[in-house]
Amino acid sequence: MSALRVSLRTAAILLVFTLAFTALMALVHDLTQPVLQATAQEAKRRLIAAVLPPAAYDNDLLADVVELPPLPELGLTEPTRLHRARRGGQPVALVFEAAAPDGYSGRIGLILAVRADGRLAAVRVTQHRETPGLGDYIDPRKDRNKAAPWIRQFDGRDFATMPREQWRVRKDGGVFDQRAGATVSARAVTQATGRALAWALARQDHLYLLPAGARYEGKTP
Amino acid sequence: MSVYREITHNGLWRQNAILAQLLGLCPLLAVSTTLVNAVSLGLATILVMALANFAVALLRGFIPYEIRIPVFILIIAALVTIVDLLFNAYLHELYLVLGIFIPLIVTNCIVLARVEAFAARHSPGVAAFDGFVMGIGFVWVIGLLGALREIAGQGTLFAGIEMIVDGAGAWQLLPQDYPGFLLAILPPGAFFILGLMIAGRNWLDHRANERAKARLLAQRAASTA
Repeated sequence: MSALRVSLRTAAILLVFTLAFTALMALVHDLTQPVLQATAQEAKRRLIAAVLPPAAYDNDLLADVVELPPLPELGLTEPTRLHRARRGGQPVALVFEAAAPDGYSGRIGLILAVRADGRLAAVRVTQHRETPGLGDYIDPRKDRNKAAPWIRQFDGRDFATMPREQWRVRKDGGVFDQRAGATVSARAVTQATGRALAWALARQDHLYLLPAGARYEGKTP
Repeated sequence: MSVYREITHNGLWRQNAILAQLLGLCPLLAVSTTLVNAVSLGLATILVMALANFAVALLRGFIPYEIRIPVFILIIAALVTIVDLLFNAYLHELYLVLGIFIPLIVTNCIVLARVEAFAARHSPGVAAFDGFVMGIGFVWVIGLLGALREIAGQGTLFAGIEMIVDGAGAWQLLPQDYPGFLLAILPPGAFFILGLMIAGRNWLDHRANERAKARLLAQRAASTA
């Protein structure tokens, strides 16, 4: 009997501790939630500004969106949002995420802005796990060449002035440089960027026409 | 006062979490690729260790012996979650650097070890101090390891500092065309360098012991003469 009572008492104490600390965590979570949402929006805005200067458009990018399903063509495994930049109602650029599944240490997340005239405005690496000091130059913050970071060579490129087959690193017979000893990272980013640009160009008219907040169904227009 | 001195000596050297107890090797090896990464994780660890030790010492009278481990884990995990949320909300810049490391602290067995071995038997103030000093002991070792790996691996120091201090840049210690030393960056290199550091600590201790012994013998010889 007394053993049972000890067990019950111990279980009750554990329950009280669990409830108390869960309540504490819930309280802190609720208190910080508004701040967290604001910073997440700010972070998104800053991320977009890295590929498309805010002066280029005059609409609210965070509101003018198309919901994208997980698209294998873009290397995406989760639903994302595509943002549409316009100026005076006219299409300026599409801003969206893509991923290179074949980095040296797994997936490399990218964000791209594709101008309505078919040029790639810019591409940036949003997340990666490439070897520090070796393959991480794909991220301009880690690139030791601060004056001309590796990823900048994609700025303003398009398929009108160079054939699609040339969109490769030099080692594979293309036009883009890679750094010695870390070709895999550069190749992954280059291929994924080319695929994403081609994807956007093939359906950009359709994407600009969809109503804000609509879901892109993945059908070829 | 001597209690605090002993805690300090234990935390920084004699019972150093890494060099003497070999605890928390998983985050140690994973994060010590550069000095900035290493020290960032270390600072977050100090905060969590001091808080966890304080909270457990405060509540130690209410925790039955049989279920102390689950309760300790519960307290540590809750504190890490709260620190994570607060950092994210109010120190967002720092969070962008430390963010990925903070949840890792739960897996660091140093925290649980100190709570179990020290905080459960001492008053809150002393326990918080112990957590803080043990954290410092963790920081200086992981920082040194990170610095050595970064210099050997990529020839720089303070890479990534621009995430914390705007406009600052890494020091290029070795020539610009230094090819890098991949082994130092990968986990096996961390094991090698950590092994050398532990050997160095043991050698220093051994030498100190020999000297103390020699002094004792000399004294004894002097007193019998």
